[in-house]
Amino acid sequence: MATRKMLTGNYAAAYGAKLARVEVFPAFPITPQTPVMEKIVEFIENGELDAEFIPMESEHSVMAAAVAAEAMGARTFTATSSQGLLYMHENLFVASGIRLPVVMAIVNRVVGPPNTVLNDLSDSLDQRDTSWIQIYVENAQEVLDMIPQAYRIGEDERVLLPVAICFEGIIISHYMEPVEILDQDKVDHFLPPYRPKQVVLDPDRPMSLGQIVMDDTYITEMKYQQQEAMDRSKAVIREVDEAFGDAFGRWYGGLFAAEWIDGAEVVLLTLGSLASTVRAVVKQLRDEAGLPIGFVKLRAFRPFPAQELRDCLSHVKAAVVLEKGVSIGAGGPVFLDLSHCLNRRDRMPLLIDYIVGLGGRDVTFEEVRNIALTVFEERHADSITNPVRWHQVRGL
Amino acid sequence: MINNPRDALFKEDYFHPGHPLCPGCPGGMALRWIMKVLGRDSIANVGATCLCLPTHVYPHSLEIPSLYIAMAPSPAGISGMSAAIRILKRKGVIPAEKRITVFAISGDGSTADIGMAALSGAAERNDDGLYFCFDNEAYMNTGIQRSSTTPQFSWTFSTTKGKVQRKKDLPKIMAAHDIPYVATLSVAYPEDFVRKVEKARDMGPGFKYFQIHGPCPTGWRFPEHKTVEVARLAVETGFWSLYEVVHGSFNITYRPRKRLPVVDYVKLQGRFQGLTAQDIRTLQNWVDEKEEGPGS
Repeated sequence: MATRKMLTGNYAAAYGAKLARVEVFPAFPITPQTPVMEKIVEFIENGELDAEFIPMESEHSVMAAAVAAEAMGARTFTATSSQGLLYMHENLFVASGIRLPVVMAIVNRVVGPPNTVLNDLSDSLDQRDTSWIQIYVENAQEVLDMIPQAYRIGEDERVLLPVAICFEGIIISHYMEPVEILDQDKVDHFLPPYRPKQVVLDPDRPMSLGQIVMDDTYITEMKYQQQEAMDRSKAVIREVDEAFGDAFGRWYGGLFAAEWIDGAEVVLLTLGSLASTVRAVVKQLRDEAGLPIGFVKLRAFRPFPAQELRDCLSHVKAAVVLEKGVSIGAGGPVFLDLSHCLNRRDRMPLLIDYIVGLGGRDVTFEEVRNIALTVFEERHADSITNPVRWHQVRGL
Repeated sequence: MINNPRDALFKEDYFHPGHPLCPGCPGGMALRWIMKVLGRDSIANVGATCLCLPTHVYPHSLEIPSLYIAMAPSPAGISGMSAAIRILKRKGVIPAEKRITVFAISGDGSTADIGMAALSGAAERNDDGLYFCFDNEAYMNTGIQRSSTTPQFSWTFSTTKGKVQRKKDLPKIMAAHDIPYVATLSVAYPEDFVRKVEKARDMGPGFKYFQIHGPCPTGWRFPEHKTVEVARLAVETGFWSLYEVVHGSFNITYRPRKRLPVVDYVKLQGRFQGLTAQDIRTLQNWVDEKEEGPGS
């Protein structure tokens, strides 16, 4: 029986892992991820979850242990934040390079200095090249729902890639929301046990994983296979979203959720918890001012839904990205990816990037509304000189 | 049953000729004996070491499953694998009665330097597996740079005037982790080698640490047919000692009848070329203190 409880995002992630019947859980505590770890340990110790917790001595070792456990054929889960995620960085490539569908909750937190436990998305956005599927979610319910989905996506034989479910620290991880805890039998039906057929360390059919090559043997080809798997994962993410919706009554839109796109001249695109605010602003501007503004909540940053967003946004005059992360020296990571996919010879929407919410700075309804109105005024401009806008810099 | 270590040496091979190690490399011998003892139902975690070459450099491989993660974290590989085996046995995916031995093998740089935290973590948790540090006393696979286990005065490409510091005593550090088994190994003493690995294999769950003294003809600058001679002289001079620590109890497993002077060992190796009489006295004092000091 599904039940409803008041849960933080962190506890929702722990419940999601329990429902997915994860088998090995190596972890290292870091604020704001810590309650995920504590709750899963509690589940294991009180017998609600049959799994092995390994209290690792660093995140680098966490991801190494996760790689080793997953390579043995055990469904493996972990969670981390910020500097911990960066400490894993090397081994993130190993998980994806060996094609191991580890799932990780990334509880987003600023990468210092300045060091803080507050959030933006700079920790996970900058892991974009590690060949992990990254899905950004908006609230605690979506956190819980996405953990079983993440396993079904990653473990699909068309994919076999690790999956990160990213949600912002404190604002999602530590605030309570009413969350429906899924029925275990239905989750078991939705997500059967993981018993890998291809990549597994088994003395009865030995294989070497993580080979070293002394020339360019297969490197290009193996990377290309990862690219193909990432491409195939787009369809799988959509299918799994459909299957989840059919089973549990909640659909999230797969790669991204687009609202009020038909006839929209300006579209606001964002990801993570900011989606709730931006959606409300867009709704108000449409309902009360009748402005033709649409909204996109980007969910998958990797695979980046380039073709799909191009199809969705080709008719608009201006697209605005609001993102809590930046690649200093270039612009916001989502904006940069969106630029390449909208780039066309004939016509390209005006594309504007707002860097907001760094270090957990509040992004208010009013601010988003001002951004929307500003861009709406600019929508017919032939070109703009300042596409990347640091919106909240004090004293500027 | 009388357990004769010689039996193991005549067992089937899972490590094959034609490997790409340097001529005279003791690592080939060591890995071959380890594989003979651990057998087919074992899984390897290989860290950064010259022994990557025969185990993980395409197209070479062992005849057992093996995983290379990265330079540092092969101890964490033991942790992940042994945890996976426990849960998969509880769930009946792996038959409960099947014995699978998990082991790691890594170099002195990856063990004593970059992987020290991972090693200490796995040992403190007492995760189930055997860890072999192949200690050739420098970063040999990257072309002879110092590590924390390089002995004092040794030449390397990053200590061209000789290393200033002494060799880190890693087996003692591991013994201080209160793990079930710590042992030092030498390729000049195969029976001692094999007996210790068998003992650790059969002693039940827990973290077992081995350090293999690995005289390296390429990096230590001696002729490749002298590997075993150099290895033996290391032990006969006390430069390297053969012992085991079983649940905290320290036993010397081979004691030279009369310790030879350290100069006999040093003079065979180009890496110690140019040592002064004072340097040799310093090394001799280090050996004497080490051999006669507490815990020996």
